[in-house]
Amino acid sequence: MTTELQHSRRQFLKITATVGGGMMLGFSWLKPYGDTEGAEVVTDFIELNGYLKIAPDATGKGSIITILSPNPEVGQNVKTSMPMIVAEELCANWKDVVVEQAPLNTAVFKRQVAGGSQSIRQTWATLRNAGATAKHLLVEAAAQEWGVAAAECTAADSFVKHASSGRSASFGSLAAAAAKLTPPAPEAVKLKDPSEFTLIGTSQGNVDMEAILTGKPVFGLDQKVPGMLYSTALRPPAFGQKLKSFDDKAARAVKGVVDVFKFGSDNKIAVVATSTWAAMKGKKALQAVWEDDGTLESTASQYEAMRQKLDVAAEQPKRNDGDVKTAFATADKVIERVYEAPYLPHNPMEPGNFFANVTTDKVELSGPAQAPERFRGEVAKLLGRDESTVTIGLTRMGGGFGRRLRGDFVLEAAEISSIAKAPVQHVFTREDDMTAGIYRPACMYKFRAAIKGGQLVGYHLTGAGLNAGNVVRENFFPAGAIENCLMESHDMPSKVTTGPWRAPITNFLASAEQSFFDEIAEALGKDPVQFRIELFERAKTNPVGKFEYDAERSIGVMKLAVEKSNWGKAPAGIHQGFSAYFCHNSYVAEVAEVKMEGRKPVVKRVVCAVDCGIVINPVAAINQCEGGVIDGIGHAMYGDFTLEKGKPQQDNFDKFRLIRMGEQPAVEVHFVKSNTDPTGLGEPTLPPAGGAVANAFYKATGERVYVQPMVKGVKGLG
Amino acid sequence: MAKYNITVNGKKHKVEADPDTPLLWVLRDNLGLYGTKYGCGIGECGTCTIHYNGNAMRACSMTVADVGEAAITTIEGLAENANHPLLQAWREHDVPQCGYCQAGQIMSAAALLASTPSPDDEEIDAAMYSNICRCGTYNKIKAAIKSAASK
Repeated sequence: MTTELQHSRRQFLKITATVGGGMMLGFSWLKPYGDTEGAEVVTDFIELNGYLKIAPDATGKGSIITILSPNPEVGQNVKTSMPMIVAEELCANWKDVVVEQAPLNTAVFKRQVAGGSQSIRQTWATLRNAGATAKHLLVEAAAQEWGVAAAECTAADSFVKHASSGRSASFGSLAAAAAKLTPPAPEAVKLKDPSEFTLIGTSQGNVDMEAILTGKPVFGLDQKVPGMLYSTALRPPAFGQKLKSFDDKAARAVKGVVDVFKFGSDNKIAVVATSTWAAMKGKKALQAVWEDDGTLESTASQYEAMRQKLDVAAEQPKRNDGDVKTAFATADKVIERVYEAPYLPHNPMEPGNFFANVTTDKVELSGPAQAPERFRGEVAKLLGRDESTVTIGLTRMGGGFGRRLRGDFVLEAAEISSIAKAPVQHVFTREDDMTAGIYRPACMYKFRAAIKGGQLVGYHLTGAGLNAGNVVRENFFPAGAIENCLMESHDMPSKVTTGPWRAPITNFLASAEQSFFDEIAEALGKDPVQFRIELFERAKTNPVGKFEYDAERSIGVMKLAVEKSNWGKAPAGIHQGFSAYFCHNSYVAEVAEVKMEGRKPVVKRVVCAVDCGIVINPVAAINQCEGGVIDGIGHAMYGDFTLEKGKPQQDNFDKFRLIRMGEQPAVEVHFVKSNTDPTGLGEPTLPPAGGAVANAFYKATGERVYVQPMVKGVKGLG
Repeated sequence: MAKYNITVNGKKHKVEADPDTPLLWVLRDNLGLYGTKYGCGIGECGTCTIHYNGNAMRACSMTVADVGEAAITTIEGLAENANHPLLQAWREHDVPQCGYCQAGQIMSAAALLASTPSPDDEEIDAAMYSNICRCGTYNKIKAAIKSAASK
């Protein structure tokens, strides 16, 4: 793998095409920019399949290859890595490639979702086939033109060549003929062996780099069409309240406000205006009366309820191997620990927003969406329209972290546009975004370990979460590695809306579990890494029941982390903590290093070992891993979100603390060399981070960490 | 509504807006300069960082009436042909993930380098503390600032 960054000759052109062609609505203001790139724009592209359009370049000698990136781009960089996979099998020169963001198009693309770290894993085969099929056609077209056997022709660098006659033709010149051929049967399409990859495994710069660096309108909030209005919404201030009445006189008096109305099952108030500021001002001027609709929950009482649940047996355990009751009754020693974590808002830097233009015959939607296909169905249902009349364009997303998997902002935009009978840009203020969230559910875990004869013989995990679904992962480690293993989950109802937050459930479960394993290892007098390896060896050689992970790969990343971090041999004053986790089909082990600076424990470095199979784009893969670690540590240390009588107590960044410059550790990322099919990286490095830090804090301070945010429990952290 | 003449990226613009309108929304809605982003509206996240007579300021926390004769620079006007050393360093390090905060980060970094051409770690931390990156690109931002400073 090379990490030297490659740059494209067609960078300008790429952006032109990306911005100009990527939007569904053909915004007239999205014109090509700069002085030189316009000359190269070519319009007579030949479509070879849903992923690929090819044309000769302006000189007629080369090619311009447009690759559509099907999945939503949320910062995980699939807009670069997915087209790289197509280009690899196509045998295209990456410098000839122009990337375009595809709109929602379920006739061509499958699973256009940004979520679950699944974009690459689930499209790997499809993307390779799209490239390889097109290459097959181009080679066939050249062979027919030259009157030679296709098997004698080769493709490379966007050209087909016939070595013995010395003939050569660009993809651009062959595209028209290739498009007329019958596509080959799937079994006739030959894919490369990973050893033949020339693009995959090389570092390629973000295809949207120029647009980002020069402030071009690529995000949802940057959309504008003629006649567009701006809308905001006032929602109940507390979970468990509903709208009783409102007075809109002052709001209507704000200059620029054109309409105010109830919507959202008569529980929200929309303000529609000619500018964003007028819509925000109008919302502030609304006088609304809210009434309670049942009990209003507060953090203290919620925590008390969860704590009580931890002592209750679940009706149906999620996992029950062996005889846990006897294992604990006959144990030499039992360790029992409780861990707790709060709700977390997602806080993408770009607040919720969506563009909607609902007319009598169609519904045009565009914006930042992690699950556009589902949103299309929801909007069609809400408006009573046929799905075929609803289109969704995908903008680059200013972060998502799971927040944009819920379509509330899309539905609001569509409903407001349909009532206002105008195209609207619907905008959440930061306060809206933080207080009308779908939070990472607050969770609590009780872990119990039974030790007998110097061995871990019993394991009992009880979890309780608010609106959290299943809060244990019964098929993840240590399932399979312990003779007697009981896992129970309590899902407790709540009025507070929750949803997937980067690495759902495991974002805290892993922290708690990996801290607990550190305590068990200590009680057994074992090295924490060696202790885990012994358990994985058990899962490998003599497994207990079924489980999802590969024990060998789990051991592999742990050994890599040990090697790269010099585990156990840190210099004086550096305290190391270990953690490992498997989720979203990828394997990660992390070593956090903490140094005491006065009385403050400071995380200086995290060494992160990852097995995600084949790495498509190393520079971007490293970005994802590093971001996951820093996000995980930031939220474990600082993230706190509380409720009083149903009302969120944190509504902006003055009250909700996110990790900032200078608070992040250095992060070193190492990948296991692999030819296994690739898995995702958006989430897997986050879950182990909290545990690695907690275990390093323990080494540094002698105090175990049971509460997140850690600033609440770790002295000197502040 | 009131009328204002403001200077943005070296050009004079006539704009009509309520006096209390934050400069952020005048840049975006009136002038179509979308590089300056909305993140929090209270000057806590730095996504809307612009230069006010060369100083890094938050466009969400300054009204159009506050601008007066000041020279405002946005990411679009940071450098001709996008050749500022910071932009080059951002490309070299492939800094952005989602990209939303990056214009604000670059504007803060540009103001820092203008006053402190070779900042050390502490100076970078202090100058960049007000700019949140939710994706966690801080190490790359720091590396890119150091690269740019060395040129």
